[in-house]
Amino acid sequence: MIGAALRRPALTVALGFLVLVTIACVGAPLWVPTDPLQQDLGAILQPPSSAHLLGTDGLGRDVLSRLASGGRVTLLGALEAVVVFLALGVPLGLLAGYHAGRFDTVTTRVAEVLLSVPAIIFLLVVVAVFPASQLATMITLGVLGTPNVFRVVRGSARAASQELYVRAAQTVGLTSGQVLRRHIAPALSGPIIVQTSLFAATAVMTDSALAFLGFSVQPPQPSWGGMIAEASAVIDADPWLLVPPGVLIALVVLALGILGDGVRDLAARSVASVERPRRRPRRAAPAAPRAPGPSAGPPALLSLHGVTVAFPAPHGEVTVVRDVALDVCEGQAVGIVGESGCGKSVVARAVLGLLPGGARLTDGSIRFDGRELAGRSERELGRVLGAHGRELARRSERELGRVRGAQIGFVPQDPIATLDPAFTVGQQLTEVVRRHRGGSRPGARARAVALLAMVDLPDPEQVVRRYPHQLSGGMAQRVGIALALAGEPKLLIADEPTTALDMTVQAEVLGLLRDLRERLGMAIVLITHDWGVLADVCDDAVVMYAGEVVEVAPVQSLFAASLHPYTRALIASNPLLARAGEPLPAIPGQVPAPGAWPAGCHFVPRCPLAVPACSGELVALGGPGGAHRTRCLRHEELAPR
Amino acid sequence: MVRFATRWLVTSLLLLLFVSAFTFVLVSLIPGDAARSILGQSGSREQYLQLRQQLGLDDALPAQYWHWLHGAVQGDVGSSITSGEPVGSMLSGRIGVTLSLVASSVVVAGGLGVALGVAGALRGGWIGRAIDVLSLAGLALPSFWLGLVLVAIFAVKLGWLPATGYTPLGDSPVDWLRSLVLPAVTMGVGCAAVIAKQTRDAMRETLAKDYIFALRARGVSERSVIYRHALKNAAIPVTTVLGLVVAGLFSATVLVEQVFALPGLGSLAVQATADHDLPVIEALVLFFTAMVTTVNLLVDLAYVRLNPKVRAA
Repeated sequence: MIGAALRRPALTVALGFLVLVTIACVGAPLWVPTDPLQQDLGAILQPPSSAHLLGTDGLGRDVLSRLASGGRVTLLGALEAVVVFLALGVPLGLLAGYHAGRFDTVTTRVAEVLLSVPAIIFLLVVVAVFPASQLATMITLGVLGTPNVFRVVRGSARAASQELYVRAAQTVGLTSGQVLRRHIAPALSGPIIVQTSLFAATAVMTDSALAFLGFSVQPPQPSWGGMIAEASAVIDADPWLLVPPGVLIALVVLALGILGDGVRDLAARSVASVERPRRRPRRAAPAAPRAPGPSAGPPALLSLHGVTVAFPAPHGEVTVVRDVALDVCEGQAVGIVGESGCGKSVVARAVLGLLPGGARLTDGSIRFDGRELAGRSERELGRVLGAHGRELARRSERELGRVRGAQIGFVPQDPIATLDPAFTVGQQLTEVVRRHRGGSRPGARARAVALLAMVDLPDPEQVVRRYPHQLSGGMAQRVGIALALAGEPKLLIADEPTTALDMTVQAEVLGLLRDLRERLGMAIVLITHDWGVLADVCDDAVVMYAGEVVEVAPVQSLFAASLHPYTRALIASNPLLARAGEPLPAIPGQVPAPGAWPAGCHFVPRCPLAVPACSGELVALGGPGGAHRTRCLRHEELAPR
Repeated sequence: MVRFATRWLVTSLLLLLFVSAFTFVLVSLIPGDAARSILGQSGSREQYLQLRQQLGLDDALPAQYWHWLHGAVQGDVGSSITSGEPVGSMLSGRIGVTLSLVASSVVVAGGLGVALGVAGALRGGWIGRAIDVLSLAGLALPSFWLGLVLVAIFAVKLGWLPATGYTPLGDSPVDWLRSLVLPAVTMGVGCAAVIAKQTRDAMRETLAKDYIFALRARGVSERSVIYRHALKNAAIPVTTVLGLVVAGLFSATVLVEQVFALPGLGSLAVQATADHDLPVIEALVLFFTAMVTTVNLLVDLAYVRLNPKVRAA
């Protein structure tokens, strides 16, 4: 830990500064140029010079000498307070945390009360009672500060005492004292150091404040706060005198703060580095043969072409989705299937123009109802095209704003987490209705109730008044669908809309989606990993694997005659389709992470049919033609004869 | 709601009892004799005996406390030793100054803090760095020092604002405001940094939530997403910090009123301490503690108001 500390310059500087100030102040009598009390009325209020490095005060005393001598008092006071703080807070915290029960209840309660005591005013009582006793005020300050360290120590001790190795140590027969000393205390040193340095800063500040008010050492003895008070008396004549004591206090407090933050960061890092090894991402995949453009047929409502998305990574970017093509006609239902982590949701977010933090569309086009939605970021286009590019980007963002919610509705995965917990269902629905259809508040409210009735929610008048946490999962998802319908969209994108729900509720929600599609003539893009859901709702299916579309076909063709080994394996591992008595086949291995995709076909490492040619170049989406396309080199061997 | 109110009342009363009792014990700890210690060596024997009687030192400690408590419940917290004035009227004459100061500081701290915090969450960049610098400064610069520096610049050098003194609101609203600007900024800036930091973190956390993404996907305007939805949710942790800040502001009046010569309760506390005027200090300790518990109550109420989950429970 010390080695790591030395590698952090801010921490080292702060520590060095504190050591330096302490040595300089404690050793002040040995080195200060002049006696801090020695007046020289012939040389008052002098600016800094070689004789007086920080100038002289209103009585001609050397500021540097007074600063160093005054520091002894302040630092001693802070030390007294810190000793009390630790001597009281740490043992009490350990006991309270380690032995739950009445002692814990009482001490915790007292700590809460102490936290509510206004410290400065309470210290003034002590000053009034024990005039000019720095020891008394600093002991009181230490007591008042105790809850801070008490709470941290108690919390850590409580957590540590639940750890298995501590339990084991108890079982082996170690006494409480031994367990505390050997197993719990070491884990506490970090938080204690943090609290101590923060409290030391408070103590320095408080001691200076009391000295400023005239309740510490009496003049002419110097103190940091007292020097500020002296400076305030001559503020018209020489404001400079404020600077040395104020800056010194600020620097000491700052150094203590940096020390605390630094130790906390070190502690956090040593934990994090154990838990999370850094993975080195690969460079983005090289350009590859593109899938052919949209096939002939009715004009598509939504048409994705060559869509490629990259996420920021420690070194450059990592491509998570590449060359995605997808066509959805009016009124059509298309499913996107694949295991978790294949990039299904990323595609949905790309269509909505709502990629998560830092991710961007690096290539491809997204056309909806004849309009291009694939916007590049303002900054990116601005860099390449200047003002014209920025204008283009803004136009594309406006275009998206008009489409989002109004023409493309979105049903998210987790229904409760995607409702704002601070507003009622009615408030949220009304806002969306008014956003897309305008109109008065009562009108929008009536529409909200109608929407809730449309998604088969019983008693919509009552649901309108509820908060999200008062809804069941199934009700919340119906509200989510109502919200998506508020703008009367032509296309509904549903991202695993039933995954978070119970089986029976799943069937109801799917039925509702099918029903709505028929009634409203909406197109649907349904993201799922469930073949049953897919077969239930969708006409066509797009199978994704490791960021790529690997197969596109009508759902019936996929089940009957898939042309990609991944699709086949996925269907085969579906428990609902398995034959009784036979073991359920599973696909060996895992989906490779973005940045760790194999060269060539992404499925090679898990593919039973892989041949050396598969690992050569990226495979393009092709196949027998028509509506059925696949990204497999050996699809002809898979085709039924 | 009734249970909530009862719990608050019980906690507050316990706190007040605890603080007052502790103060009494502390006073009894004065080495030798409180009356002698207050008068110093200069006091005459008559003065000494009279003061002993006034302080009730002839009784046993529990009796003293009971006597004081009996009066306090009836609104009589004794008289000042130095001026003989009833402590209650001394406090009520100065309370307006302190409340004005705290309220204007809350405006500075809250307004600046929330604005900077939201901007920092949305932009990062230089605003983020400004918040970091400000919060370091707010942590490290002693308020009484900052106040003097502001006086040196804006009152002495530029002459824009009065250096010291207070004009009651009734006399002249403009001068009232002018007399509060520097003290309020002195107290507010450091707190603004604390609030800005909390607001920024809370906003960042909220903006990463699923429901924010869902709101955008539903086409809700960016302005509504940030200022209606995200800010309301982020306000929940911010109110807690605001409560701590306001409690701290009451303590800070002790120093800042002294710097700007404002005739409030803080400067009264300093004066009373210097004079060893125990009845006044005891009353002030109680008053400040009561203020802290009141602020806690307000924070709890705001918390309930903002957080429907708590409201239902």
